[in-house]
Amino acid sequence: MAAKTVLNYLPRRSVVHELTGTTKLAFFLLFTFAGMLTYDTRVLLGLLAVSLLAFRASRIRLGEIRFMLVFMAVFLLLNNFFVFVFNPNQGTEIYGTRHVLLPLPGRFAITAEELFYLLNITLKYFVALPVAILFISATDPSEFAASLNSIGVSYRVGYSVSIALRYIPDIQRDYHSISQAQQARGVELGKKEPLFTRLKNAAGILLPLILSSLARIDVISNAMELRGFGKHKKRTWYAQRPFARNDYLALALGVLLLVLSVVITFWDGNRFFNPFL
Amino acid sequence: MKNNSIKNVVAVGIGAALFFVLGRFVQIPSGIPNTNISVQYAILGMLATMYGPVAGALIGFIGHTLIDLSWGGAPWWSWVLASTAVGAFVGFLGKRIPLSEGTFGKKEIVTFAIINIAANVVAWLVIAPVLDIVIYAEPAAKVFAQGGMAAVANSVTAVIIGALLCVAYSKTIAGKGSLDKE
Repeated sequence: MAAKTVLNYLPRRSVVHELTGTTKLAFFLLFTFAGMLTYDTRVLLGLLAVSLLAFRASRIRLGEIRFMLVFMAVFLLLNNFFVFVFNPNQGTEIYGTRHVLLPLPGRFAITAEELFYLLNITLKYFVALPVAILFISATDPSEFAASLNSIGVSYRVGYSVSIALRYIPDIQRDYHSISQAQQARGVELGKKEPLFTRLKNAAGILLPLILSSLARIDVISNAMELRGFGKHKKRTWYAQRPFARNDYLALALGVLLLVLSVVITFWDGNRFFNPFL
Repeated sequence: MKNNSIKNVVAVGIGAALFFVLGRFVQIPSGIPNTNISVQYAILGMLATMYGPVAGALIGFIGHTLIDLSWGGAPWWSWVLASTAVGAFVGFLGKRIPLSEGTFGKKEIVTFAIINIAANVVAWLVIAPVLDIVIYAEPAAKVFAQGGMAAVANSVTAVIIGALLCVAYSKTIAGKGSLDKE
């Protein structure tokens, strides 16, 4: 049950949902790589626009993913805070100039460069957020193994991912009941216990979980062997769909975005867009 | 051999699911504010020792990617790759520990501890921060501080919980020559 709320697929009729899993996976990877390589503000803003448009097209409502947005917002704030505390002059080092906006004591003066750098970091994480959320909430998990296989990953690995997704809820349930049973026996993980006892108690909960998981591995692999898994070099997938026109368009867009962002970013030989020169 | 490869496929799947569940839902306070003990690295160390480097690397990679995706947002690849490296490293050096045969005595505990500490230090003090600087251009001081904390916390977890788990697990297996002639 809880796994549904974690990697939740939100079925819907939309352009994005109708794309094959392969397209979505490939687009997601192309897009995150584009976002990872560039630090150019103009490119980031362009990518963000594409990402938000794709999100609109998916007809997923903001309310449905509020949890992820709040979590990311808190995470980004904290991260920016630490980046600033550890080195308030990173912006100056990168952009080479120094415009002090608010003189604070010590090295903590707030400069325009640092703020611009923090804005860029935030953008860089935020750009990929809508696409990543789409990738999770608009891809049918049963299509996932097929998608991995069709972008060239070995089908055995695809199968491993499939097994992981399938057994997350089971293992979660196991963990929950084991930890309740152990807590009823007085095995405590909270702050009341000293650290070493806490670690020892964690092992006390993990051991039954590990043993039942190892038994599971035996059962599943025997079942798969009985059905002849791994006999052939290739396999077909029940959930695989043929490519449609939109799939080719989306893939072309993904490749185009990656190429464009690399070209624009490295055109002047610098990864950063510098408005201060 | 064939059965082994199927077993590895399944072990990666179940291992990644365990890594995910423990990393996503199990938070044990470490005593330092906002820092939790990541028990998943104990399981990663143990499974990598049992199933080898490829399985270890894939468990780390798939499990960590799923955790990041579930929080929303793109996977933080530098740290995902660091988890992958832990699995690969422990699996590569740890395959000489005959854990699956039920032997895990003092000598094996020491080997296990050294391998896990080395793997976590390399991953969190070298791979993760260096990639953070290359990909995200974050301040070196920040990423090395974060990496250092992760290295210490994950080594402690992997060594203490991991070793406790391995010892307990090895006792459930009847070892070679455990039968006595009467």
